[in-house]
Amino acid sequence: MKIDLKTNIKAIIARSYVRIVAANREPSWWFTETLLPILSTAAYVYVYKALNAPEEYTGFVILGGTMSAYWIHVLWSMAAQFYWEKEIGNLELYMIAPISRMSILLGMASGGMFLATTRAVFIFLVGSLIFKVDFAIISLPKLFAVFVLTLVGLYGLGMLFSSLFMLYGREAWHGVTLLQEPVHLMSGFFFPVRNLGFAVALGASLIPMTLGLDAMRQLAFKTGAKSGFISADVEIAALVGLCVLFLVVSKYALEYMEKLGKKEGRLTLRWQ
Amino acid sequence: MTNILKRAKENLRTIRTAGKLGWAMESNWTDPFLFAIYSIVRPLASSLILVVMYYVVTRGKTGMDLFAYIYVGNAFFMYVINVLFGVSWVIHEDRDHYQMIRYIYISPIRMYYYLFGRGIAKMVLTTVAVIITMAFGMLVLKIPVNLLAINYPLLLFSVAAGIFIITCLGILLAGVSMVTAHHSYALTEGMAGLFYLACGAIYPIDILPVWLQYLSKALPLTYWLELVRRSILGKSLSPTLSGYSDFQLILIMAATTLILALFSHWVYRSIEYIARKYGKIDQLTSY
Repeated sequence: MKIDLKTNIKAIIARSYVRIVAANREPSWWFTETLLPILSTAAYVYVYKALNAPEEYTGFVILGGTMSAYWIHVLWSMAAQFYWEKEIGNLELYMIAPISRMSILLGMASGGMFLATTRAVFIFLVGSLIFKVDFAIISLPKLFAVFVLTLVGLYGLGMLFSSLFMLYGREAWHGVTLLQEPVHLMSGFFFPVRNLGFAVALGASLIPMTLGLDAMRQLAFKTGAKSGFISADVEIAALVGLCVLFLVVSKYALEYMEKLGKKEGRLTLRWQ
Repeated sequence: MTNILKRAKENLRTIRTAGKLGWAMESNWTDPFLFAIYSIVRPLASSLILVVMYYVVTRGKTGMDLFAYIYVGNAFFMYVINVLFGVSWVIHEDRDHYQMIRYIYISPIRMYYYLFGRGIAKMVLTTVAVIITMAFGMLVLKIPVNLLAINYPLLLFSVAAGIFIITCLGILLAGVSMVTAHHSYALTEGMAGLFYLACGAIYPIDILPVWLQYLSKALPLTYWLELVRRSILGKSLSPTLSGYSDFQLILIMAATTLILALFSHWVYRSIEYIARKYGKIDQLTSY
């Protein structure tokens, strides 16, 4: 089947447009996505305050809370979104249209990134101001590069997860649910990941968020490098590798799972 | 009298049937072994986040009272997250996902009891998760809990009261969910975050700014968590709350719970009426 670039770009814009419009049509979203998420992050800050932890730990939590906005988005609005699409009958429409599945996912990612970024910016700004976080940026270009690479890697991982929904239903949905708190733990969202020990931190580095958060802490806080897992430069290189890996693997995984889903007749199976 | 009994019987039947349905939806997607692992991993991970945070700062001094305070509070807070989500998410599941809400509405049952029944499965699962988390804490992390010294009547009463409070909150959020889109899972998550912050789940409320302490004192969950901790650990770490006896705490909790229950009922009924009037009761919002 011929798939041209222009049609795919249209598909990306169209899928992204739905999310942005949906956000604007639902004013309640501003409340649930901005004010409320800061609260649980603040709770972790107060745990450190209760323990008389060094001040930079407050910053570590705020940064973790900020980045968790993207992780939650990748899990629920990217990976699990194919589940909802399948359940309401949109998935087969995507299959019929002469577009790549990755364009749909890219559209979801870019549209959803608007929502996730709003949430993340709010947590970051309000959290930093309320708790007076002391940042000491070592290299802004590197920090920006780490942020972008982390997001690309995460969305690649989200695409990989979404391929599971070509075949599975609630099993995959529950699997995604399982990735929330355990990944918050393993990736060191609220503490430096090296505290989990080298072997665990190395294993957790398969999730781009682990290396991304660690590198960001090293580049944004005075004592960040001391509590870092490995050097930020190595983490940047590893993140590039993970981005390529996840994007390539997700492309093949989507194709493979789609074929398998069609063969086993599970692509359009609802409420399974 | 006969009418009241008949109605009570019908409501109990609704709770039982909805409970069975909720359990099937929670558990029948996999085999029991995988389901057991799934039910344990998430709560344990959530507790371990706090354990690691504690270890990082104190270099592993788990003998401190604050460690037990954090651990027990966090373990029981699972009820808030799970039951709140279990009750309020029913609206989205039945409306957007399974598209059954209109049929439930036209059946001869009361939605209120149906929602409560659907939350029961989450309550059962959470109780198992809390027991496992506590056992892990006592056996592996050496949380100082003496099983013979636990005030069991107070603990059972507190847990039952807590479930009632959380159900009231869940019904309130279920009402709000009737007029909001699919993304309102963030509402439940965010409200749980508010209680996590304000109710002293993982630190004494005295550490919060004074204005936030006023909110803490207005929430029945604050007293619930304090009672649970007192029944298990035998002491309080909060200078503010330690001034109250167990009985005083129970009275304050009962008064704030009554206000919450009335408010929850009013919000639910009001929003439900709006949702029916403006045709939002079966809207689809899975974008």
